Amino acid sequence: MIRRTESLLVETVCRILIPLIQLFALYVIVHGHYSPGGGFQGGCILGASFILMVIAYDIRWMKHRFSEKKNTLMVALGVFIYSLIGFICIFLGAEYLNYGIFHRILPVDVAKARSLGILAVETGVGITVMAVMVSIFLNLTTYGKHEKGEV
Amino acid sequence: MEILIGKYNYWIYIGLMMIGFYAMVAKKNLVKKVVGMNIFQTAIILFFISTSYKKNATIPIIIKSQEVIEPIQYINPLPHVLMLTAIVVMVSTFGVALAVIVMLYKQYKTLEEDEIIEILKDKK
Amino acid sequence: MKIFAIIIVILTGAVLIYSTFDMPDWGNPNSPASVHVSPRYIEKTIEETATPNAVTSVLADYRGFDTLGETIVIFTAAIVCILLLRREDDKTH
Repeated sequence: MIRRTESLLVETVCRILIPLIQLFALYVIVHGHYSPGGGFQGGCILGASFILMVIAYDIRWMKHRFSEKKNTLMVALGVFIYSLIGFICIFLGAEYLNYGIFHRILPVDVAKARSLGILAVETGVGITVMAVMVSIFLNLTTYGKHEKGEV
Repeated sequence: MEILIGKYNYWIYIGLMMIGFYAMVAKKNLVKKVVGMNIFQTAIILFFISTSYKKNATIPIIIKSQEVIEPIQYINPLPHVLMLTAIVVMVSTFGVALAVIVMLYKQYKTLEEDEIIEILKDKK
Repeated sequence: MKIFAIIIVILTGAVLIYSTFDMPDWGNPNSPASVHVSPRYIEKTIEETATPNAVTSVLADYRGFDTLGETIVIFTAAIVCILLLRREDDKTH
């Protein structure tokens, strides 16, 4: 059970830092082509920012801003985006997950089309990893009883 | 002597693996066993990544201004890719193991392995 | 009991160290892991995928199926945690 920390210093500093952590996580996901990073790493940092919300405040404060239902939907949304990219490649005429076929609908050449396919796929992976980290953390710390009683 | 210089990276990670293995076998608390499993998996991941190193080579991000790309200047990227999957599997098994431990605590009110075996023997 | 565990751990460590005498040296550029397919990934990653980061292009383009399977693994872990822990109180006893 996590109780609210009544410390003004922790609450104020975390209120400033949490948007900056999320911005850095988005940078790590998108800049994965040119620097170390990518979908898994950025998703973990994004999940850690929500866990910091729970540690600095309490669970009701965090669930008022990002509810449990949206979180569970995003677990499935990331896998759905990944499979959807693969099926779009089949509809355009190539094999499953062959991103080079995107040069027929977008005004780029084959190498740049593969680079855009990698970006779309890493976005899906990042969304799934973030939602899974928050979901496992919430289920473990509240014994599964989210709605009733003091959490 | 050149055996020691050539292979000391494998021996360090085998030592770390044996620390995790001892924690899995000899400790009686369930959470300590699961932490030992985590140490063991981390040591295996580091062992694999250490096989990808080449002498005087740099990280596998290609410098764009080169005309001819020599693969001997960059370290091998394949073990890094495979170990990303291994890290995700490590996190998944840790999460599921902790969920099972929470269910065990709700049922038996204790987390020591020998006390759980005593309760199971008394129930018969 | 702990003596038994220490003997097993030392025996396993000795067998593993004995098996490392056949492995390639640290930092050897001609080890079998770096010779067969990874030079092709390093040479062709910019002209085929326009991505300087060789790790991301191997993970998401050349080995994209493995990443799909891995995303399904972490999705399954979240579903299992929800299934195990979200139960009604009157059903556990």
